[in-house]
Amino acid sequence: MSLAKRIIPCLDVKNGRVVKGVQFVDIRDAGDPVEVARRYDREGADEITFLDITASSDDRETIVHVVEKVAEQVFIPLTVGGGIREVKDVRRMLNAGADKVAINTAAVFNPEFVKEASERVGSQCIVVAIDAKKVSADGEKNRWEIFTHGGRKPTGIDAIEWAVKMADFGAGEILLTSMDRDGTKIGFDLELTAAISDAVNVPVIASGGVGNLDHLVDGVTKGKADAVLAASIFHFAEYSVEEAKRHMASKGIEVRL
Amino acid sequence: MAQIVVVDYGMGNLRSVAKAVEHVAPDQSVIISSDANEIANADRVVFPGQGAARDCMRELEDRELTQVVLNAAKEKPFLGICMGMQVLLNHSEENEGIECLGLYAGNVRFFGNDLKDEQNEKLKIPHMGWNNVDQTIDHPLWQNINNNSRFYFVHSYYIDPEDKSLVAATCDYGINFVSAIAKDNVFAVQCHPEKSAQDGLQLLKNFTLWNGA
Repeated sequence: MSLAKRIIPCLDVKNGRVVKGVQFVDIRDAGDPVEVARRYDREGADEITFLDITASSDDRETIVHVVEKVAEQVFIPLTVGGGIREVKDVRRMLNAGADKVAINTAAVFNPEFVKEASERVGSQCIVVAIDAKKVSADGEKNRWEIFTHGGRKPTGIDAIEWAVKMADFGAGEILLTSMDRDGTKIGFDLELTAAISDAVNVPVIASGGVGNLDHLVDGVTKGKADAVLAASIFHFAEYSVEEAKRHMASKGIEVRL
Repeated sequence: MAQIVVVDYGMGNLRSVAKAVEHVAPDQSVIISSDANEIANADRVVFPGQGAARDCMRELEDRELTQVVLNAAKEKPFLGICMGMQVLLNHSEENEGIECLGLYAGNVRFFGNDLKDEQNEKLKIPHMGWNNVDQTIDHPLWQNINNNSRFYFVHSYYIDPEDKSLVAATCDYGINFVSAIAKDNVFAVQCHPEKSAQDGLQLLKNFTLWNGA
């Protein structure tokens, strides 16, 4: 008996609606984040992450209402990311019922924000989301860099050094996305994941590239991730969260069944 | 209508706690309050908490809630959650040492940065996620919850009460630590029942039905 490795379905939400098409036969309104979250909860998801990709900050209030509604009906941890720039954004999400907020771009532009936020609300509520891309050439020693703007803008910041710094600044968890793998369905960047997980003392969530259930297994066993996040394999009902957990359990990984 | 008060001292996910309690006790009134009279008049008190020990104690003192919380813990069904359990002890190692409420003798200790599992693999801090809770006593709050069910945890410190007869459950994370305590009308847990799916809701439901004996 020990701590279970977590499976975290991720929902992209835009203007209060789930995007990237969710295909479940048993859901009346597949665009409704509440219904989708309830479904994942029933399947045994360990947490749910909402990524607000609403373009305009005027529409950000929508995600607050989404979180409020989900938190009234789904009693597992909820993480919200997207557009978190100030402590008041953090507080608003937590007050709405989120348990953690994921800070991404704002941390890159203002690392002190992570320190300030974690001092105010506690490290357990602060996830730093890192979007990393490999910048070393083949044959060279691996090197990954932080990218912003959906992987388009390099920052020159080394990903491992950044993860260590963010943990020092009070991040309670790292959500690590490989921008090389995101959307490819060929599996996590396991070298990147293991390198970050070894470098920091806080839990690491692997993200980006999951196409099948063995990828989730590899994320834990080879990538040394504490949790694995996936979107499309669950949204399109290729696999249920429960199937994913049973598969991981069959490979000797501790999961909550 | 029986009233359950979730103590508001500015620390933590009060709304989640209140919503979960409401969900399992539709026939009781659930309020979030920092009003000493409302806490004193409640039928049951839930004392949640997140964040740092220093801030929790300071907020309790600033709101002049220390005594009313201690009184509630002596008088009526009382459920401490996470930091709301830790501050019931008399001292925490957090923030270079903090005096707490002192209802029970004992310390709140840091897991340490070199925690290892049985295979000698590094264990991360905070202890975050779903772990097995080993019920060490029979108690009305464990009713209809299988032993070793998984609950959601997120913490870097654990309680070490002097009086081992308080222990109601333990949990393994590098060490075997106390994950729940029970005495008279008080029950307190390190995990977050409000975030622990069906088993967590069952524990909360048991609390809303418990007469504190």
